[in-house]
Amino acid sequence: MNTTNWETVVGLEVHVQLKTKTKMFCGCANAYGAPPNTLTCPVCTGQPGALPVANRQAFSLAMRFGHAVEATIARSTKFDRKNYFYPDLPKGYQISQSDQPITSGGHVVLESGKAINLVRAHLEEDAGKTFHESPGFSEVDLNRCGIPLLEIVSAPDLRSPEEAYEYLTRLKLLLRHLEVSDCDMEKGSLRCDVNVSVRKLGAAQFGTRCELKNLNSFKSVERAIAAEALRHIAVIESGGTIEAETRLWDDEKGETRLMRKKETSQDYRYFPDPDLPRHEIAEAWIDEVRRTMPELPEARRARYKRDFGLSDYDSGVLVQDTSISRYFEEVSAACGDPKAAANWISADLFGLMNVKNEGLLAANIPAGRLAELIGLVKSGSMNVPSARKVLGAMYGNGRDPKELMNELGLGQVSDRDGLIEIVKRALAANPKAAEDMKQGKGKAAGAIVGFVMKESKGRANPAVVNEILAELLQD
Amino acid sequence: MNAFPPVPEMVAAVRSKRVAPDHFVTESLRRLEQHGGTLGAVLSLTKERAQADLAPLSARLAGGEDLPLAGVPIAIKDNICVRGTTTTCGSRILESYRPPYDATAVERLVRAGAVIVAKTNLDEFAMGSSTENSAFFPAKNPWDLARVPGGSSGGSASVVAAALVPAALGSETGGSVRQPAAFTGIAGLKPTYGRVSRYGLVAFGSSLDQIGTFARTAADAALIHAVIAGRDPRDATSSDHPVEPNQARSMDLKGLRVGIPKEGHDSAIDARIRARLSATQERLLAAGAVIRELSLPHAKYAIPTYYIVATAEASSNLARHDGMHCGVAAPPEKDLLHQYLRNRAQGFGAEVTRRILLGTFCLSSGYYDAYYERAMRVRSLLARDYRAAFEQVDVLLGPTTPTPAFKHGEKTSDPLQMYLADVLTAGANLAGVPALSIRAGHLTEGGSELPIGLQLTGPAWSENLLFRVGAAIESYWPEADRLPPFVRSQA
Repeated sequence: MNTTNWETVVGLEVHVQLKTKTKMFCGCANAYGAPPNTLTCPVCTGQPGALPVANRQAFSLAMRFGHAVEATIARSTKFDRKNYFYPDLPKGYQISQSDQPITSGGHVVLESGKAINLVRAHLEEDAGKTFHESPGFSEVDLNRCGIPLLEIVSAPDLRSPEEAYEYLTRLKLLLRHLEVSDCDMEKGSLRCDVNVSVRKLGAAQFGTRCELKNLNSFKSVERAIAAEALRHIAVIESGGTIEAETRLWDDEKGETRLMRKKETSQDYRYFPDPDLPRHEIAEAWIDEVRRTMPELPEARRARYKRDFGLSDYDSGVLVQDTSISRYFEEVSAACGDPKAAANWISADLFGLMNVKNEGLLAANIPAGRLAELIGLVKSGSMNVPSARKVLGAMYGNGRDPKELMNELGLGQVSDRDGLIEIVKRALAANPKAAEDMKQGKGKAAGAIVGFVMKESKGRANPAVVNEILAELLQD
Repeated sequence: MNAFPPVPEMVAAVRSKRVAPDHFVTESLRRLEQHGGTLGAVLSLTKERAQADLAPLSARLAGGEDLPLAGVPIAIKDNICVRGTTTTCGSRILESYRPPYDATAVERLVRAGAVIVAKTNLDEFAMGSSTENSAFFPAKNPWDLARVPGGSSGGSASVVAAALVPAALGSETGGSVRQPAAFTGIAGLKPTYGRVSRYGLVAFGSSLDQIGTFARTAADAALIHAVIAGRDPRDATSSDHPVEPNQARSMDLKGLRVGIPKEGHDSAIDARIRARLSATQERLLAAGAVIRELSLPHAKYAIPTYYIVATAEASSNLARHDGMHCGVAAPPEKDLLHQYLRNRAQGFGAEVTRRILLGTFCLSSGYYDAYYERAMRVRSLLARDYRAAFEQVDVLLGPTTPTPAFKHGEKTSDPLQMYLADVLTAGANLAGVPALSIRAGHLTEGGSELPIGLQLTGPAWSENLLFRVGAAIESYWPEADRLPPFVRSQA
C-alpha cells in the first residue's frame, strides 16, 4: 500500500478535570480516590428538588487557560442541558455549554513553530463512574459526578500521529503549569477523543472522519491515529468509502473496531438550563485572572537558559511542572549554584524517582536538604559518588545529609597524614606506573589514584591525593 | 368545628404561654386525621417530624428566640422536600422516596417555629388543574365533595379551606396555587419569580416554578410568605432583592391605580364571576381608587406558550425519575434501554407521560426553533405587556378562574378544556410577576355554595402591596368568612 501521497488529518477533543476545591455545581470536595459515593450530596446525586450553583473558581481556571492560549474569553455565557439517559448520570442530563463556550479560538504552538488552532473550550460537569465487575448487576460511584471539566476542542490542524502526540504533550505541560488540571490520564483527569480522516496530498476537502474512543495514553493516541489512517487509506485504495463512525481503540491488538455508526447518533435536545442564570463576566475579573497568571512554561524555560545558563535538556525537564520548577528554584537559591541544583535534580533525583515511579512528594527531600547535600560536595566534605549514596539514603525520609554521611562513613578523607601512607603503598604496589609518572606521563596517575580510592573505599579527597602524589614524586 | 384563629393570634397565644406550644399542632393533627381522608387531601401525616420540631420549641421560646410562627401547624404540598418524610409528588415512581434534606422554604418555616403536620395531595408532578391526576386518589372540594378543589395544589387548598390547618405551602408553574385558592375560597399567593427559593421543590418547569402560600386570609398568607422569602445561596435563580418587612394591613386605597384587563370581562368567563368583579370595581372606586381598563395584547397566547415552555422543561426535569437512582424500579429487563422504558412507563401516569412526550418533541432537533425558541420570544413580549401595564397602574385586578369549581370527571376526558382552566393565571408565571388570589364571596350552583376568587397582579417584588389591597377586597365580602358546610357540621 502506498501511503506517501496521503495526508492524515486529526482534530482532538480533550477533556480535563479542573483543579477546583469543590465540584462544578455543589460544595462537595473535588478529590480522587475516596471510598465510593462518599463525596456526594443532594445536588450531585440528582436528588429531586436539588439545584446547581456554578463554581466561580472553575470559571477562573478556564479563563486562565484561555489567556495562556490567547483565546477570546466570553463576556457573557450560559449553561445548557445535554439530555440523555445513562446510569452514571443521575439527573438524566449533563450541564454543559453548547453555543456559548467560555473561551473561543486560541492556539497551541508546536516545537516547529506550527500553530495548532483551537476551536473552543467549554465548561461542563463530569459523570459518575460505572463498574461492571459483579455478576448480575452493575455499580455506580458518583464521587466523580459533578467534577468540573474543560473540554478543549482543536481545529483539524494536526497532520500526523506525531503532531497529535506533541500537541497533547504541550497541552498537558501548559495545563499542569497553570495548575488548571493534573492531566493524569491514569486517574482520568485527562481524557481524549480523536477525529481522524485522510485525504490525497493537495486535496482541498477533508475526507470523512471517524471518532476514536478508549484512548488511555498519549502513546495509544499516537498509535491509534496511525492505525486508523492506514485503515482509511486501505479502504479507499481498494475502492471502498469511509463512513462516519465512532470506533473503539484496542490497544493490545493495535486496531480500531466499530462502536456505532454516526447516523444513529442521539438527539441531545440541548436547551438553556433554566436553573442557572446567564453569567456576565466582568472585564475586571478577566483582568484579575490575567494579572495572577503563573509564568508560562516556555517563558520560564527561556529564563532558566538565559539567567542560569542551563542546557536545553535541563531547562525542559525542570519546567514540566510548577511544583518541580518551584523546587528547583528553592534548591538553587539555597545552594547558590543553579547549574549544580539542575544537575542533581534532573539526573540524580529524577533517576531515583523514575526507578520507584514516584513523584516529588513521595521523594520527600526538602529543598533545603538537597541544597545542603550540594554544599557538602562543593566544600569537599564528600565526593560525588558518596553524595549519590547519601541522596539514595535521604530518599523518602528527607534526613539530614551530613548526619547520613557520617553514619554511613562516607565523609571525604582530606587528612594528609593518613593519605600519605596510602599513597606510598600505592606507589610501591605500582612501580611501573610510579616510574612512568616520574617521566611525566600523566596518564599513569590513573592507576595510582585508582588504588588510593579503592584502599580508602572511595573517600579520599582526590585533590589532596594529587597534591601528595606530586610532592612524593618530586622527592 | 371552628376556624383556627388568625396566625398572629395563634403565635401570640403560644409565645405568651396562654396555650402549650403543641396546642394548635395537636388540634390540627386531630382534624387532619379525622377529615383528611374524606377530602382526599392528605398523602401523609408527618407526626414524627412534628414531634421532633416541637420538642425544642419551649426551650427556644424560653431562650428568647424570635419565632414569628411559633407553634403554627403548616401542611406542605407533597412535591416539596421534607427530610425523612415521603415526598411522592403524587406519583407511583416516587411512592417511597424520602428526601435526605429539607427544602429551603421548609427549613425557614421550621426555623421560625412552624411545625410541619402533613404532606398534601396534588396532581402527579404538579401537572393538572383538578388534583384528579394524583396517582393515589383525587382530592375533593370541602364546599362540595362532588367537585374538585382545583390543582395542582388541591390538597393544600382543601385542608386550609376546611380549617384542618391554618396555612399550607403549594407550588405554582401556571396557576397551581391561585386556581385552587379561588375554587376553595382562600388566599393563595404566587410570588415574583426568584422571591422564594426553589431548592427542594421537585422541578416541573424550572423557569416558571415558585413555591406559594395558602392561608385563610391575605394577612395570614403575608406572614408565612415573609418567612420563606429571600435570597438562598442554593438557588442561583433566587433574588437578593430586599424582603420588605411584612405589613399585611388593609390600606387606604385613595389614589391607588387599579387596572382591569379587558380579558377579565371576556364573555367566556362565568357571568356571575364577572358581576362580582364589577361589584368589586365599584367598591374600589368608592374607596378612592382609580380604575383603568387596559389590555395585555399577548395574553391570548399565554396558554400555548405556557404549554410549550413548561412541557419542554419538564421533559428534561423529569428525566431523573428513572428508577435507577431514586424512584421505583420495574423488575429486571433484558437490557438498559428496556429497563428505562419499563421503569418510566410503569412509574408515570397518563398526563405526565403526555407532557414529557410533548416537551421532548418541542426540544427535538429541527423543532426547537419553531417551538421552544418561539415560545420564549412570545414570553418576553408578554413580560413587556405587563411592564407596560405597570407603568400605567399599580395593580391589575381580574377573575382568577373562568368558572367556579367544576365536578370530578367533568374535564378529565378533554385535556385541552382542562388546560384552559389556567387561561387567566399562566400569564403571571410566564412574566415572572407576583399574583394573589383572594376570596370574593360565593355563588350558588346546583344547590352548592361555591367560592369566587379574584386575582391581583402586581409588578415584580410588589407582594406587600398585593396583600394590603387583597385584605381590603376581602373585607368587602364578610360572608366569605364562613366555613364550608362540610366543616360546619363536624366536631
